[in-house]
Amino acid sequence: MKIKIEGLNHIYSAGSPFEIKALDDVNLEIDKGEFVGLIGHTGSGKSTLVQHLNGLLKATSGKIFIGDTEITKKDIKLKTVRQKVGLVFQYPEHQLFEETIYKDIAFGPKNLGLKDEEVDERVKESMNLVGLDYNSVKDRSPFELSGGQRRRVAIAGVLAMKPEILILDEPTAGLDPRGRDEILGQIKSLYDKNSITIILVSHSMEDIAKLVNKLIVMHKGKVNMQGHPREIFKRVDELEKIGLGIPQITYLMRELSNRGKNIKSDVLTVDEAKNELLKYLRSNDNA
Amino acid sequence: MLKNITIGQYFPGNTIIHKLDPRIKILITLIFIIALFFVDSFTPYLFVIAFIFISIVLSKVPLKYILKGLKPLFIIILITFFINAILTPGKLIFNIGPISITEEGLRQATFMALRLVFLVVGTSLLTLTTSPIALTDGIEKLLNPFRKVGLPAHELAMMMTIALRFIPTLLEETDKIMKAQMARGADFESGNIMNRAKSLVPLLVPLFISAFRRADELAMAMEARCYRGGDNRTRMKVLSLEKRDYLSLGISLLMFAIIIFFRYFI
Ligand SMILES: Nc1ncnc2c1ncn2[C@@H]1O[C@H](COP(=O)(O)OP(=O)(O)OP(=O)(O)O)[C@@H](O)[C@H]1O
Ligand SMILES: [Mg+2]
Repeated sequence: MKIKIEGLNHIYSAGSPFEIKALDDVNLEIDKGEFVGLIGHTGSGKSTLVQHLNGLLKATSGKIFIGDTEITKKDIKLKTVRQKVGLVFQYPEHQLFEETIYKDIAFGPKNLGLKDEEVDERVKESMNLVGLDYNSVKDRSPFELSGGQRRRVAIAGVLAMKPEILILDEPTAGLDPRGRDEILGQIKSLYDKNSITIILVSHSMEDIAKLVNKLIVMHKGKVNMQGHPREIFKRVDELEKIGLGIPQITYLMRELSNRGKNIKSDVLTVDEAKNELLKYLRSNDNA
Repeated sequence: MLKNITIGQYFPGNTIIHKLDPRIKILITLIFIIALFFVDSFTPYLFVIAFIFISIVLSKVPLKYILKGLKPLFIIILITFFINAILTPGKLIFNIGPISITEEGLRQATFMALRLVFLVVGTSLLTLTTSPIALTDGIEKLLNPFRKVGLPAHELAMMMTIALRFIPTLLEETDKIMKAQMARGADFESGNIMNRAKSLVPLLVPLFISAFRRADELAMAMEARCYRGGDNRTRMKVLSLEKRDYLSLGISLLMFAIIIFFRYFI
């Protein structure tokens, strides 16, 4: 399912003194099977943008196509769109509402009209995917869980619908490093196994660099840059100007290469850097 | 879809209407509402309309914004109109089958509908131009004399502010839960009325739970800041009456007098 956005604008509280232009002429294309990172300073419109993709927010003007369907048309069946585009909200407490975790995760599959056994199956499967123990947590209330567990329940609730496009709005905010790595790992393996499209909203350049194959940078409601992370991280100065940066390790390698070392500067991960540094040191030994 | 409700919302500004003492504003609103119930012919209505219209213009709140607040009440106003139009006996104008429309009925219906409209417009203007804090202050001060007979003025005022404050919060909460459910395939937007009403049921339980949770959190936050009710509390801003307050109260009383005059002496 390809996503295409044409001239999208969104104004909050239009016509009131609190009017805010959150999206300003956004044009984008995201191909099927891409793993896209969406990054931008606080308030740049990321959450607003992703809520348009499943029709939760109505565009002030502009068009959005999911596959061949124009979802910004007046009388479109948004329910079918929302089965294909799964959105994990930025704040899991905004997403959980049922009394028990089982019920919450089962809410989506039930709306798909699946049989009880199949709903059951899906709940178990998706809890397993996000690393929640079915028997010990299924009857607890989502509101007595820790932040990290809540996050997992929220993700499971969306995964249970088997979306073709999965959007995660800052899924690692408020998690400890281990929880973050676990969740990102689970997202990554989901992507590798199921050939779905994933859009990952994040503040962390490190996380994004490790995972995505396309990066979209937003600034003040506009798309500021897009392309492969390697290309985008070369434009450090522009990124810094809009309050962003690049991964620490990329900074390090750039600095080394700026100081005249013969090193590739556009590395993204620590592993890549390690290989690059070893290569450099070995070539020095030889010399 | 719930964004249209403006009751209980504050529209910041720095106009004379905003600056009026909240006690006076509450009193004027009360006078205005009482006056509405005395109006029974068209000429005094002109005074009511002029009064509210001038207030709106002075407050610089866009008319559109105030009218938006009427939208959710449109159906109620319409129903009031029809019930009055149909059920009032009097001189027949025409009838459709068993339903007969009378002259008195039409008249009564128009007045009732107008009354509702102005009631909403008047009270929205009060809440739109008075910050919730000022509003409670005003209510509390106005209720103070009744403390002698055991009325917990401060507590009542606090409850009212919280209630007012919670209207937008609850609407937001509803919106949030609806979004969460819609994102996972719930359908609030299509189907006939019955289906739509049914789809609202799963909304209610989480809404109640979350309202109680919110109340709990608020109580905790208040206790954390050592809130202990009204005794010995002091104010940051002490209310004091200015020339403009006396002047506007005078004008409202004049309007009230004119309306009473029309009602009983003409
Ligand atoms: N419900 C709303 N009503 C009014 N304004 C809003 C609303 N939601 C967001 N905004 C405003 O729209 C702009 C974009 O907000 P958005 O939530 O999309 O930013 P974001 O990029 O997701 O930020 P963050 O990284 O902090 O999550 C902000 O200026 C915000 O204040
Ligand atoms: Mg956001």
